Amino acid sequence: MTTTGPLETDNSATDSPASDSPATGKRRDFLTLLTLAAGGAGVAAFSWPFLDSLRPGDSGAARPPVDVDVSKLPPGQQITVVWHGSPVFITHRTPQALERLQQASLAARLRDPSSAALQQPPYAANWHRSIVPAYGVVVGICTHLGCVPTYSPAPDPTTPVANWPGGYACPCHGSKFDLAGRVFIGAPAPYNLPVPPYAMPTPTTIRIGANPPGTDFDFSSIQQI
Amino acid sequence: MTDAGSRDRPDEQEKAGLVPWLDARLPVVSAFRREYVDYRTPRNLNGLWNFGAILTVVLLVMLATGIFLAVNYTPTAAGAFASIEAIDRQLPSGWLLRSIHVTGASMFLAALYIHLFRGLYYGSYKAPREVLWLTGLVLLAMVMLTAFAGYVLPWGQMSYWGADVAGKAVDAIPGVGPWLEHFLQGGDAPGDVSLHRFFILHMVLAFAVLGVVGIHVAALHVTGSNNPLGIEPRGAGDTLPFHPYYTSKDALGLILFALLFAVVVFFLPDVVFEAENFRPANPLHTPADIEPEWYFLPFYGILQSVPSKFGGLLASVGAILVLFLVPWLDRSPIRSARFRPLYRACMGVLVVCFVLLGFVGRHHAQGGWMIAGRIAVVYYFAHFLVLLPLSARTERGIVLPDGIAGAGRRGA
Ligand code: HEM
Ligand code: FES
Repeated sequence: MTTTGPLETDNSATDSPASDSPATGKRRDFLTLLTLAAGGAGVAAFSWPFLDSLRPGDSGAARPPVDVDVSKLPPGQQITVVWHGSPVFITHRTPQALERLQQASLAARLRDPSSAALQQPPYAANWHRSIVPAYGVVVGICTHLGCVPTYSPAPDPTTPVANWPGGYACPCHGSKFDLAGRVFIGAPAPYNLPVPPYAMPTPTTIRIGANPPGTDFDFSSIQQI
Repeated sequence: MTDAGSRDRPDEQEKAGLVPWLDARLPVVSAFRREYVDYRTPRNLNGLWNFGAILTVVLLVMLATGIFLAVNYTPTAAGAFASIEAIDRQLPSGWLLRSIHVTGASMFLAALYIHLFRGLYYGSYKAPREVLWLTGLVLLAMVMLTAFAGYVLPWGQMSYWGADVAGKAVDAIPGVGPWLEHFLQGGDAPGDVSLHRFFILHMVLAFAVLGVVGIHVAALHVTGSNNPLGIEPRGAGDTLPFHPYYTSKDALGLILFALLFAVVVFFLPDVVFEAENFRPANPLHTPADIEPEWYFLPFYGILQSVPSKFGGLLASVGAILVLFLVPWLDRSPIRSARFRPLYRACMGVLVVCFVLLGFVGRHHAQGGWMIAGRIAVVYYFAHFLVLLPLSARTERGIVLPDGIAGAGRRGA
């Protein structure tokens, strides 16, 4: 063990670096600057894991595809499953409902009847916005400000709007969608309801989150959720 | 009608600028300058005086990583283990935060033992530093409790059975033991209630430690540091300003310590992680080899060397309590062991006994270990209760140096 301090002086006045000659003063300034810079870099590097841990987690591992068995779903009914933390509506559409979806008078009341905006995978860019006409699969989040629209499948002459063909009505600011999730003109929502990537490994199984073989669609590329 | 002392009159003495303005109202700048820049420090402090600064920095690192772990931790018996696994495997950089926190616990206790040894060896507990010593011991007790509570949180096999064995130790207290165990545990066995209590205890104590460190350092700055010679500085020539001399010495110590820390975190995680604790808690199956973390082993060794359940508990708690009496057990006016030949030899034996007790704890005081353990326990207490008070009598005709600067270079 040795004594400390580079200066072996007994006079306290010379202990202070301020009284050094200008030449050593400059060298000391440089060393001080270098030390502070190295210390600053160290602190910045050390703060990285802390900030990193605030980042949302590894999505791939936390979001596996969801298999839904629709063999017990009667025509005209809908179930809601959770995928990526969002509600996904799976609807068994009746033949009458499918007929109404194809009427030209309905198309005239829709903002985007032919699904031109990228709100669905290419394999769902058709009049029924799905892989097979009988089953509709849409993300149940209103494209206006994110409320969950209400399922009202029965046609009605007056409610919620005149000549209602059946579809979804948003409780928040009155946006309307048909049973294929296409938005009506005159409502605040700008886009059709998004269709998630999904596949049908069997005629009555819907696998949300996986594309059919041979296709490739990235859900994050859609216009708006 | 003039009021000379009134603050209403613009003060001509007051300097311009935000910093002098603030300093005139809350003297943080001048206090910092007084306590950490100009502060006079003995010129001969050796590397053992780095550990206070090291402990302070490690404490801040523990609090920071602890907060970020707590954000992702679930304090329930059903969810705790899975949340820790998720921190290790899913949370970005979670493995690193956890590894730093777990390694930090071991490094903290190691630095604490060195810091305490320094105080014993150089007589830093003697007048006028008794309160400083006592606040340090309170910190030791608080840190040990915090470390124990933290070890329970992952709710692995070792966590669970550690909590269970600690409960059984409380149970050994005559009379109130069983009731107290049931009360503290909040049930018949460690479970949801105990885990939640351990979690809160761990967080509250950790921040309380920070507060007590403030008191500890305040007490230090009243008396100033002791030094390896154990004599008070005689004049300005015996001291140096804290900055730049000890800021740079502390920085060097911190860098070396951080290097060792990083080596354990990145290359030797097995040293601080216990494999058995990666199995979820199972109240129906005790692990084959149950032992506490290394820093509790000497006390575990004392517990097992004493042939009575309650006696063992008393002895291991007493091993810490006896330290509180040290300033009054030691009658010698000489502080540093450098000038106390008998005490110096006794300190060497004490360290050997303490380490030996750690090994005894590991080997469950079986066979030869039990004999060694009993000898070590007897020495431990004899050191403080007999040798320390008596050693003063052997110190005759010792001449202490006449000031630090004049003492020159010497061995420890
Ligand atoms: C949370 C734990 C602790 C922290 C952060 C801490 C911090 C410090 C700091 C910063 C110093 C001044 C630098 C130095 O002398 O190393 C110091 C000095 C001291 N500490 Fe601690 N300490 C802690 C625990 C303890 C313990 C467990 C003891 C033992 C009972 C203790 C006894 C002392 C003594 C006697 C001094 C003065 C040493 C001298 O001047 O010779 N401290 N502490
Ligand atoms: S959120 Fe649906 S209409 Fe505004």
